[in-house]
Amino acid sequence: MNFALDKKYEMAQNLFREFAQNEVKPLAQEIDENHRFPRETVEKMAKYGFLGIPVAKEDGGQGCDPLTYVMCVEELSKVCGTTGVIVSAHTSLCVDPIQTYGTPEQKAKYLPDLASGRKLGAFGLTEPGAGTDAQGQQTKAVLDGDEWVLNGSKCFITNGKEADVYIVIAVTGTVEKRGRKMKEISAFIVDKGTPGFTFGTKENKMGICGSSTYELIFTDCRIPKDALLGQKGKGFGIAMHTLDGGRIGIAAQALGIAEGALETTIAYVKERKQFGRSIAQFQNTQFVLADLATKVEAAKLLVYKAAMTKAQYQADHKTSYSVEAAMAKLYAAEVAMEVTTKCVQLHGGYGYIKEYDVERMMRDAKITEIYEGTSEVQRMVISANLLK
Amino acid sequence: MKVIVCIKQVPDTKGGVQFNPDGTLNRAAMLTIMNPDDKAGLEAALRLKDQYGAEVTVVTMGLPKAADVLQEAIAMGADKGVLITDRVLGGADTWATSTTIAGALRKLDYDLIITGRQAIDGDTAQVGPQIAEHLGLPVISYAQEIKVDGDSVIVKRQYDDGYHMLKAKMPCLITALSELNEPRYMTPGGIFDAVNAEITTFGRADLVDVDDSNIGLKGSPTKIAKASDKVRKGAGEKVVPDSPDEAVSYIVGKLKDKHII
Repeated sequence: MNFALDKKYEMAQNLFREFAQNEVKPLAQEIDENHRFPRETVEKMAKYGFLGIPVAKEDGGQGCDPLTYVMCVEELSKVCGTTGVIVSAHTSLCVDPIQTYGTPEQKAKYLPDLASGRKLGAFGLTEPGAGTDAQGQQTKAVLDGDEWVLNGSKCFITNGKEADVYIVIAVTGTVEKRGRKMKEISAFIVDKGTPGFTFGTKENKMGICGSSTYELIFTDCRIPKDALLGQKGKGFGIAMHTLDGGRIGIAAQALGIAEGALETTIAYVKERKQFGRSIAQFQNTQFVLADLATKVEAAKLLVYKAAMTKAQYQADHKTSYSVEAAMAKLYAAEVAMEVTTKCVQLHGGYGYIKEYDVERMMRDAKITEIYEGTSEVQRMVISANLLK
Repeated sequence: MKVIVCIKQVPDTKGGVQFNPDGTLNRAAMLTIMNPDDKAGLEAALRLKDQYGAEVTVVTMGLPKAADVLQEAIAMGADKGVLITDRVLGGADTWATSTTIAGALRKLDYDLIITGRQAIDGDTAQVGPQIAEHLGLPVISYAQEIKVDGDSVIVKRQYDDGYHMLKAKMPCLITALSELNEPRYMTPGGIFDAVNAEITTFGRADLVDVDDSNIGLKGSPTKIAKASDKVRKGAGEKVVPDSPDEAVSYIVGKLKDKHII
């Protein structure tokens, strides 16, 4: 076991760090305040291949691996949680399921545009009545001749109105499982602009305010028969597998937010003077920082391990990374919340003022404990594996 | 079209400069970066690659660790890297360095050579023009803009009070300013390729038409008497005007004195 990063990861980390500092950080406060989607940053990220990092070169991607992708989301999130989740939702929740379950035709149609960032991706599973309980889906897809007809709505969709390609989960019938009637769930690829596919209200959120979070509405929306992703009736498994990967992305986002808050706070406590000396000289400050840095390091190891386990899955198609992803997300998200809260405290009154980055970071951190499976769901996944 | 870009790994002076007790730079204590003028030169070459399909080779001279800067250049889009490294080449001043690099370039094919104007660690601006002299090539320094016109280049050369438009037939050498362009970033895929890319290594024996008396410390006529961090410009003038109006008229007066407005 070797904890030192290979040179390629070191170089990639430097690249993402430099890009984040130069291109992302200057916008972070403004897009948060104005709830503005940073389209110009997405275009720059597309230019440098950040939207297709773990995609094979022959599919138009960068030919890198999950760890490189995780480092990208981490470094972006250090300075801007919004930018981190744009990349994460696109890559983990849209590109990944097409890579994993798409037919050769679907891959040829979508991957080059998505991996190069010419198009942005999103994923629609959550509904007003179906969050953690994904079986509560109401959105229906009915086969009519050569077309599926979609009816229903999805809510809280990241990259909502800004995306071009959407993975949509819908009920396609009923099946009997152990004597009980269950919903048969399938996955579809839906293009923006398809008649009958519209957007509802934009969510006004606590954090990640530059992220475009919308309701997707399907009203007799007709999509081709071959827009089915994977097999009919396998949608629940596809969604769960996709979320396993997504959790690694969100864990990386949480890790980045925590690291960003800690870095900012370390600089702050050295400068801030009270009682004639910098507050870094008080033991309370020192001990709090020591605890936070230790937790951040532990989170980083869990996140990197989950990414490397996913890489193993991509090599052998056997290794499960579900538990690693759940642990990484559970821990990193809770660390992000704790770190940002304590960093605000170390900033005192200034930490409560929007001019200071930690105020935004604390608001951004909260969502990492909720989306792509709440912390409670992660505990369910982890314990189910322990007690099976 | 074949373009060679000479690049140098230099200490990152952003975090301050550190010296050894003997006055030489403590390179080990400082992070390294690609020299900014050289990076602009590389970007100019990569644009020629984008536009005309030019093949871009990056060349550097230094310790084996200098291969890092070649890998960075390849991750940005350069095609090949050549590292000139040999113990006998150590301690070279600008004369010995340009002699050595010219000796290496004689082994390579090129239509155009681009170097940075100067490196931020030495600030001499000598090596580029000296290479051109050794190779008998025309040189255009301080390039702000580079265009290719058939078998020639048209270059906008920066001057204190304006610019010159110059045309030179290739092969020739251009020295680039960091203001020339905004260098691109590496790409993640480029990095993965770069760490596996083969770097050609040249030693003393590979240098063509180079005399031993012109290389390394022994072949360096320059002796460093003293090295110091950048000397700050004058402390400036502190003025405390009584009103905003007075402040404005003072500033406007100063700008007029200096013919800025």
